[in-house]
Amino acid sequence: MYVAVKGGEKAIRAAHELLARRRRGSEEQPELAVAQIEEQLSLAVDRVMTEGSVYDPELAALAIKQAAGDLVEAIFLLRAYRTTLNRFYSSEPIDTDAMQVERRISATYKDLPGGQVLGSTFDYTHRLLDFALLAEGEAAESNTEEVEERVEESMVRVSQLLEQEGLMVHETDTESEPADITRDPPTYPSDRSARMQALVRGDEGFLLALGYSTQRGYGRNHPFAGEIRIGEVDVSIVPEELGFEVEIGSIQVSECEMVNGFTRLEDGEVKFTRGYGLGFGQCERKVMSMALVDRALQADKYDEEIKSPAQQEEFVLSHCDNVEAAGFVSHLKLPHYVDFQSELELIRRIRKAEAAAQEEDQS
Amino acid sequence: MSSSPIRAGYNFAYLDEQTKRMIRRALLKAVAIPGYQVPFGGREMPMPYGWGTGGMQVTAAVIGHDDCLKVIDQGADDTTNAVSIRAFFRDLTGVETTEQTEEATLIQTRHRIPEKPLREDQILIYQVPIPEPLRFIEPSEVETRKMHALEDYGVMHIKLYEDIAQFGHIATAYAYPVQVNGRFVMDPSPIPKFDNPKMDNSPALQLFGAGREKRIYAVPPYTDVRSLDFEDHPFEVQRWEASCAICGSEESFLDEVVMDDQGHHEFICSDTDYCRTRLAQQEESA
Repeated sequence: MYVAVKGGEKAIRAAHELLARRRRGSEEQPELAVAQIEEQLSLAVDRVMTEGSVYDPELAALAIKQAAGDLVEAIFLLRAYRTTLNRFYSSEPIDTDAMQVERRISATYKDLPGGQVLGSTFDYTHRLLDFALLAEGEAAESNTEEVEERVEESMVRVSQLLEQEGLMVHETDTESEPADITRDPPTYPSDRSARMQALVRGDEGFLLALGYSTQRGYGRNHPFAGEIRIGEVDVSIVPEELGFEVEIGSIQVSECEMVNGFTRLEDGEVKFTRGYGLGFGQCERKVMSMALVDRALQADKYDEEIKSPAQQEEFVLSHCDNVEAAGFVSHLKLPHYVDFQSELELIRRIRKAEAAAQEEDQS
Repeated sequence: MSSSPIRAGYNFAYLDEQTKRMIRRALLKAVAIPGYQVPFGGREMPMPYGWGTGGMQVTAAVIGHDDCLKVIDQGADDTTNAVSIRAFFRDLTGVETTEQTEEATLIQTRHRIPEKPLREDQILIYQVPIPEPLRFIEPSEVETRKMHALEDYGVMHIKLYEDIAQFGHIATAYAYPVQVNGRFVMDPSPIPKFDNPKMDNSPALQLFGAGREKRIYAVPPYTDVRSLDFEDHPFEVQRWEASCAICGSEESFLDEVVMDDQGHHEFICSDTDYCRTRLAQQEESA
């Protein structure tokens, strides 16, 4: 007779041992080092840091290794660690104007002060599999030509240029304490800072699809990639006992400022609107998607008709977190015997009653 | 003209011959019904969607050994994506490429029509992001196809009218809708409306490819292309108070270049070949 095993402690242990073996793969291959992931899968590391909301490439690489490359699982691991950490200070706002720029492009101006700087990018590569990499060799030998030393020219922001001319809505620092969505439960309509935090942590794929939907007519907001910049910015804190700023290090961030369709503002002026995206490391797809969605979510502010998914704040923010989403979807694998049993009982009762009624009709 | 050898392991112009034939059939239908969007079995290309995969498939389907290809993006031959697409076709067809409008038999373009008038023996191939001109009014494809079938274009005029009511102008500066051959309303791709008049009665064949949306459409040579407007608000093109800082042109489409962090700007021709040719002529006559 079949007996349901409660808990199945032994089974769980065995499953996890199997998982560890599968993760390790064939012993004929050398084990993957965390440092290798950090160095050679850096874009995966950047995504895990961004959505895991911890800037620590080593821990993110560890999470990727432990998750056998499942990035949503790795994000989950990092978040679960993050929540245990003490918080000592809130940093001062980072200043992306003062960024050590590695990449900076604008799709709105052919040339501008500081120029267009491609940096490292997949853009303009031909997506042809490079079989040299398969043959364990290095890719086509690296170009040893002297890279021209870039003249350090100040890189004025596109948004600032447009603001100066009065062509774009002005963003101001309200000086208010930003929300902390990891500490405070969400409320709607949400504070912009809370919304931004949710979008930074939000799933790249989900935001990508939503951003894409706005381009295809579901909440169109007429975007131009005004400026994308990637580089290092300093992080500083102001310890209470000192009362002045102390630099504690630097982080790499990607930033996207979209210039969006113009509108007539309350004061009667016609100006371009804007969307903003920021993330850790090199995560251009993410910050562009984020900027599109940020703008879509400003629909209310500009009195636009809200009828598409990307414009609905509550819909977007309450479903964008992949740790929450993956958790709830996967929970369907948990036992639901009791609930299902109740439904079984009910459906049988209904069918029985209907069958009885039919029989009565026939007789 | 003879072509050089191509990358090993790939067919001429990347696509296999059956795929090219399928695209050519779609092109023939598109030419036969000017402005009508013909669905086609768009393929994955080794460039991302949105970067010109539609235009590239059309180019790949029509290019031959004797062609001479020019690729422009925003009017310029030297913009990164144009450089990349040109290199791709050089690598996979070996055909000659050029930066001169005059020399080209095929011109693949993103967002511009060359300033120099085209000829009968030239084909202009547009990269199209959103082929459906009604998309921003009606997101559903089922509905928009119905609207085209019934020639039900009232909503488009309402949209243009609302712009006038709100801004005093039609607020569409690029991808300005046109009506082709008195029948289909068509998206001219995101060219500035400055270029719209060049489409009308052009001696060159104009082909449009939208890869992600899997649509092809066309404007045959010498076809009527009318930009939508109203009697009391006639269609007009952009004008600048400035002229090109390099060649001095007052007739071409100008790009704004920011000179310093005070926001000072100058204007230069977006069509690099046009600008270069004018400059050379000025130097010659000087």
